[in-house]
Amino acid sequence: MDIVLLLLIAIPLGVCPLFMLIPAQYPQLSRYLAALAGGSLFALSLLVFIVYEFDGGSGLRYTLQWDWLENVGFLRDNGITFYLGVDGIGAPLVLLNGVVIFAAVFVSWNINYRTKDFFVLLFLLVSGVYGVFISQDLFFFFFWYEVAVLPMYLLIAVWGASSQFGTFTRTKEYGAMKLTMMLVAGSVLIFIGIFALFVETGAGTFDMTVMREAELDEDFQKWCFPFFMIGFGVLAGMWPLHTWSPDGHVAAPTGVSMLHAGVLMKLGAFGILRVGITLLPEGAHYWAPVLMTLGVTGALYGAVSALAQNDLKYMVGYSSVSHMGYVLMGLASMNQIGVNGAVLQMFAHGVMTALMFTNVGAVYDQAHIRDMTQFGGLAKRMPRHSAFFTIAGLSSLGLPGLAGFVAEFHIFVGVFQADYWWAGGLGILAAAITATYILRMLSRAYFGPFNEKWADIKDMRLGEQFAAALLIVMIVVMGVWPDPFVDRISATVELIPGISA
Amino acid sequence: MNTASLDWELLAPEYILGLWAAGLILLDLFWGGLGKERLGWLAAAGAAVAGAVSLIWVDDTKQFGTLADINDYTTIFRVFFCGIGVFICLASARYVRDRLLHPGEYYALILLAIIGANGMVAAHELLTAYISLELLSFSLYVLTSYAKFDLRSNEAGLKYMLLGAFSSAIFLYGISLIYGATGTTQYAGISEVLSGDISDIEWSVYLGLALMIGGLGFKVAAVPFHMYTPDAYEGAPLPITGYISALSKAAATAFFLKLFAQAFLPLIDDWRYFIAALSVATMALGNLVAIQQRNIKRLLAYSSIGQVGYLLVGIAALSPDSASALVLHMIGYGITNLAAFTCIILYYNWTGKEEIYEYKGLAERAPYVALCLTIALFSLSGMPLFAGFATKFILFQAAAEQDLLWLAGVASFFSFVSLYYYLVIIREMYLGEPEEKTRFPTPWLEYTALTVLTAGVFLMGLYPKPVFDMVEDGTDSIFIGVTVDADDEAVAQRQSP
Repeated sequence: MDIVLLLLIAIPLGVCPLFMLIPAQYPQLSRYLAALAGGSLFALSLLVFIVYEFDGGSGLRYTLQWDWLENVGFLRDNGITFYLGVDGIGAPLVLLNGVVIFAAVFVSWNINYRTKDFFVLLFLLVSGVYGVFISQDLFFFFFWYEVAVLPMYLLIAVWGASSQFGTFTRTKEYGAMKLTMMLVAGSVLIFIGIFALFVETGAGTFDMTVMREAELDEDFQKWCFPFFMIGFGVLAGMWPLHTWSPDGHVAAPTGVSMLHAGVLMKLGAFGILRVGITLLPEGAHYWAPVLMTLGVTGALYGAVSALAQNDLKYMVGYSSVSHMGYVLMGLASMNQIGVNGAVLQMFAHGVMTALMFTNVGAVYDQAHIRDMTQFGGLAKRMPRHSAFFTIAGLSSLGLPGLAGFVAEFHIFVGVFQADYWWAGGLGILAAAITATYILRMLSRAYFGPFNEKWADIKDMRLGEQFAAALLIVMIVVMGVWPDPFVDRISATVELIPGISA
Repeated sequence: MNTASLDWELLAPEYILGLWAAGLILLDLFWGGLGKERLGWLAAAGAAVAGAVSLIWVDDTKQFGTLADINDYTTIFRVFFCGIGVFICLASARYVRDRLLHPGEYYALILLAIIGANGMVAAHELLTAYISLELLSFSLYVLTSYAKFDLRSNEAGLKYMLLGAFSSAIFLYGISLIYGATGTTQYAGISEVLSGDISDIEWSVYLGLALMIGGLGFKVAAVPFHMYTPDAYEGAPLPITGYISALSKAAATAFFLKLFAQAFLPLIDDWRYFIAALSVATMALGNLVAIQQRNIKRLLAYSSIGQVGYLLVGIAALSPDSASALVLHMIGYGITNLAAFTCIILYYNWTGKEEIYEYKGLAERAPYVALCLTIALFSLSGMPLFAGFATKFILFQAAAEQDLLWLAGVASFFSFVSLYYYLVIIREMYLGEPEEKTRFPTPWLEYTALTVLTAGVFLMGLYPKPVFDMVEDGTDSIFIGVTVDADDEAVAQRQSP
């Protein structure tokens, strides 16, 4: 079991050179290899999640620590170590990544242009995401964080699609560049925060389990926390730094949108929790009202913007901003149930947004437009597709029995418990708006009178159905039986300093 | 000085380089059948032999009279400079065959420049360092104007030489003021005088220091002494552009580091913020102006100015810890830069094009080169898996340790800016439509060199420990006998056997 975490990084990195060795004229071979790698990652992730023992101890499991650099320069013993370990927060997120990559491979099945290059970059992205979730060393945490950002430009710019809006065009290059530059700008702040934190702790090591023991000066925590909050907040889609998210997600090919909205945005929220709140608890307390305000604003703003979209993919993009706002609200509540809810929401949003992007992609591949006013009654020709989309939508608006409800319920309880009455109220208002835009979309595009223009449209491909079914299983399991998730998460959350019960 | 008591054998790598250079000229003269390309390979072999011979003094501390040290610091840089020479000679082979006359002298000058660079690093005395600096500079002046029927090359050479001579004069004036004030040109002697009471020689010391920083600033191309760089880079034959950006910059920085660590450390509080200001100006101008460039050589010129800014961060934060981080970054940067230039040279050999938009569709026509160039550019902008991330992280953290967190922050910000213009090149390569679909022929030798360099970029990014350990042995050796801050006890412990 000890090497299972290493495998999670080694498999996606290891298949990259294998893809490169496959001759370009056999794209089918690349697809099989991708399915194999995705399947084994999914299996391993599931294994990590299921056998994770949440009782007792520091919460870290399957640890593996290798020296990377020590006793050179400013580094002391264990200066930088390749330190892997998964805790109760990491375990569901590892599972999330496994599910989404496995589904994304099938959704990306008919990418014909430079198939193998696509999968190389996709798996590079995945290795970075796994790395962030399981690294316990701050240097490597940030290393993998940047690895996850690295392939995005090419993935979007080469395989993406531009959007036409009557008077102007949003090119895919624009979306790709905007996304990359905004995320890397956020990284600059994280960079500075890490430098300052390392100097202040003075332990000469980047090992986060050691760094969290340091008693840091309160004033230092107060000025340092915003660097992490804003830096990671960019990737978490924190209003007003969320603008890369709709443009980037819309420009990206479906499989990449799934991973990006489904998993990559979680890295930002995870970073705020793992680095910001855990290492700088007093700073987090000081800034929590600001984070709460930004979270609520994002939730409302995203929901209202989604309401205004006719483009299906932009609607899903803005709904991601809105749902990530809930995650930030949960984190800002700084109590156990709220933070639990934030992590649950990361998982829930990850699977349901991946499902939504799968569905949008399935329509767009055939219709080549995404304007919901042009469709109508698609459920007649695409029954399965409509069913999947409806389930995703219902989970998104928080129907009990599906994943979204469990997560949002925890978050709102936490927010009210922390006495943010106004924020809780506005958050629930945002959930109501969510219901409006989801039902509006379903009624415009899928139900109601059938538009004969789409008489030839077919239902989803088999691979897409498989991907969607996989994601729905996760949504339903978490919705009806959240205990495995809640147990794992809360056992770790209660160990975080500064989180009240 | 008694010449008989000198250990002449300590300079063996330099003799080899000198004799090899002479041999190349004679071979070119008397054996026309040898072929221009093979001459390049021979020159590469010469640099390799010299690099291998310098390994004799690993872990050794010797002095060449009162002029030069042969210690780990020297050895690291001798090997590094010879390595640069090897790769530049290999990358030049086809370019010189197709586009330049007089290959013998060309390769001879490349080897002579290495002698100059070695001398700059080895010297612990100002005049020796100055003469070595001139040897390096003059070789590069000639090489820059080597395409003698190309107007741009002539212009570049002339500008480089005139401004270079001017800066040498400034530097020399600085040396003379320091000598006048302290009565010695030995680094250790200067340091001793400066550690004491300097109130009566204050002004000449400060003026001398400022002039020397100006002269060195020119050699490393720091703003505001950078004006020649874009023209020299654009006009010089491509391999020489790579050579200037790798060798001249590394040698000048290594010299800068040693001089300031050994001679001027007592005054660090006086010059630290001066250098930090230069560093900020250099990063800002280099990276911002690079955004506007349309020619890849000019773009790399400005980006290399920006890179110098990062190197100056390490000098502003001068301490034993940041010195090793600086040298590590310099080596990583050198390897990455050589990889990038090898790609550009390959493309130029195929097509003769050097505008950025002309790189469109390179990924279709030569996927491997496009991949390696992408890796090199990502590394230059400080992305992980590659050298740039690890070495920059360590360098900036070292600066933050010396209370220069703001400078580390500025440096991180400008590496973010640099990502933009590197992405523009990557966009052309991967998104542009190529004019023809055909693949380029594969030159195996250059591809092998490129593979080695790319592997180096990965090694520095994924496992820099062996290199970092070696580098630290080297930089510790320049701090021997130098009073360092009390909190650097760890270094003192490492130095005691």
